[in-house]
Amino acid sequence: MHNKTVSELKKAIEKKEVSSLELTSLFINRIKNMDPELNSFITLTEEHAIDKAKIIDKEISKGILRPLSGIPLAQKDIFCTKDIKTTCGSKMLDNFISPYDATVVEKLNDAGMVIVGKTNMDEFAMGSSNETSFFGDVKNPWDKDYVPGGSSGGSAASVSARLIPCSTGTDTGGSIRQPASLTGICGIKPTYGRVSRFGMIAFASSLDQAGVFTRTAEDSAILLTHISGFDPKDSTSSKNPVPDYAADCTKKFKSLIIGIPSEFLDGLDDKVREVFDENIRILEKNGCKFKKISLKSSKLGVSAYQVVAPAECSSNLSRYDGVRFGYRAKNVKNIEELYKKSRSEAFGPEVKRRILIGTYALSAGYYDAYYLKAQKIRKIISNEFEDAFKEVDLILGPTTPDTAFKLGEKTNDPIAMYLSDVFTVSTNLAGLPAMSIPMGFKNNLPLGLQIIGNHFDESKILSLAHHYQNLTDWHTKSPQEN
Amino acid sequence: MDKKTIIKIANLAKLEIKDDKLNDIASSLEKILNLVDEMNGVNTDDVTPMSHPLNLKQELRKDEVKEANQRDLFQKDNENTDNGYYKVPKIID
Repeated sequence: MHNKTVSELKKAIEKKEVSSLELTSLFINRIKNMDPELNSFITLTEEHAIDKAKIIDKEISKGILRPLSGIPLAQKDIFCTKDIKTTCGSKMLDNFISPYDATVVEKLNDAGMVIVGKTNMDEFAMGSSNETSFFGDVKNPWDKDYVPGGSSGGSAASVSARLIPCSTGTDTGGSIRQPASLTGICGIKPTYGRVSRFGMIAFASSLDQAGVFTRTAEDSAILLTHISGFDPKDSTSSKNPVPDYAADCTKKFKSLIIGIPSEFLDGLDDKVREVFDENIRILEKNGCKFKKISLKSSKLGVSAYQVVAPAECSSNLSRYDGVRFGYRAKNVKNIEELYKKSRSEAFGPEVKRRILIGTYALSAGYYDAYYLKAQKIRKIISNEFEDAFKEVDLILGPTTPDTAFKLGEKTNDPIAMYLSDVFTVSTNLAGLPAMSIPMGFKNNLPLGLQIIGNHFDESKILSLAHHYQNLTDWHTKSPQEN
Repeated sequence: MDKKTIIKIANLAKLEIKDDKLNDIASSLEKILNLVDEMNGVNTDDVTPMSHPLNLKQELRKDEVKEANQRDLFQKDNENTDNGYYKVPKIID
C-alpha cells in the first residue's frame, strides 16, 4: 500500500478498499520505523492525524467524499499550521505555534487530506543540502552518506523513501526541483503567483513559490489543481483561472517543440550528458521535436540571485526581533541588545551570511551597484526566456549539474553550494513554472530532468512529464529498504 | 570587504559578530561578492530593472476592517506579555 500513488490511493479510498485511519496509521508507522535514520520530519502530528482520519472515515461512511479524502500528506515546516508547531528549520521559531493556517494548508485540509507531520528543511529555506537546519541534516534515502538536496530536503526524502505519498515544498531558487532531482521523485514549482504565499514563511518574496512533491506527474497535477488559485490574502497571487491539471495531463499527448539551451549542456558531466541524451532520443521517437536554443545570460542567474534573494531575505527576516514571537535572548541590558542577542543566538551561520550580504547590497552607496544591477540582469534573463518561448513550447535540460553530493562536502564552500542551483535559479528570476522528474541514474544515485514552461503553462509541463512517464519507468524506482 | 564594513553592516542588520569570526565572515562575503561581480560583464544601461516576475502591478485591496483583533490568541505563547502589552527592556530613561 505504501507504494501506491496519490491517484491510486484516491481510488482505493473511494472504493472503500482501505480506510483513511488504516492509511494514516500505515504511514505513521513507516515514519516511526524509518525516519530516525533519515531525519526527514521535524514534527510528527500523530494525534492530529488520527483524529482527522477518523473524521474523514466517518464522512465517507455517510457518503461524503472530498476530492482527496483521507490521503496522508506531509507539510514542509515553512507553512504555518494552526495548533501545530512551525519552525522553518530554525531555533528562532522552535517554540512558534501559528494562530492560523497557510492558504496551501487550508486548501489541502479542505480537500480532505491528513497532515501526518512537518518536514525538515534548510533554515528559513536557505540552503541546497538540508544541512543548515537547526534540527539536523536530512539523509538521502538512496545513500545515507549523501544529501537529499534542499531546501525542501525533508519533503523530498520522505516521498522518495515512501514514508508519505506526497508532500509540499517551496522553491526560491530550486528548493523543490533540486531535491526532487537528487532523491529521484517529481517536484513542481508553478508560475510565480499561481499558488498563494499566505502563511508561507517569507524568504525572498519576489521569488518564493509553493509547489508539491510526488512520485508521478499525474499526482503532481492532482495536488497542484487543489493548491492553485487567487487568494485575497496574497496580493501577488494570480486571478488566472485554474485548469484541471490532472485531466489536462492525462489527455492524448500532443506533439511539442522543445528547446534545449546549449548553456545547460556546456561542460556537463559525461554521464549526466549521456543519460540526458538518451532521454532526448526517447522523446524524439515519441512526438517531440527538438530545437537548439540559447539562453546566454542564464549563467548570470546565480550572481543576480545572490543579490536579489539575500536583499529580500534581509528585509523579510528583520521581523525576528525577539519581541512578539520567536526566540528571545535572556539577560539583556537594553532593547538594542535584545534585538542583537535574540537574532545572533537564534539564526544559524548561513542565514546570518545572507542577511549580511543583503544588508550590504541594500545599504547606502551600494544599492545601484548590486540590487539595481541584479534587477536589470533579471530583466535580461526574463527577456531571453520570452524570446525562446516564441519558438518553442517547453525548454528541457538536466535539473542539476550532477547527482547528490556527500554530506559535509560543500558546507565550507558557499559558492560551490550556490552553484548546485545553476540550472534552477533563472526560472525563479523570470517567474516561470518548472518541474523536475526522474530521468535515470549515475552511480546508483538519481538524476532529474527539468522541464521549463512559459508563464501559466503548467499543463504543458505536466503533459510532457506524464507522457515521458508512460514511456519510461524511472519514476517507479525506489530506494532499497533495510 | 574590511572588518570595519562588516561591523557596520552587522550593526545595521542587528547581528552580533564575535571578533574571532570576523575573518571567516569577511572571506566568505568577499567570495560571494566576487561571484556577484560577474554581472558587471554585461552592459545594462538601457535595461529597465525588473521587480515583479510577471511585470504586473501590485493589486491593492480596499482598506477595510474585515477581521477582529485576536490579541489574546496572538500573545498566548509569549511569556513576556502583560495586560495585552509586550514587555521589553526600558527604552527611555
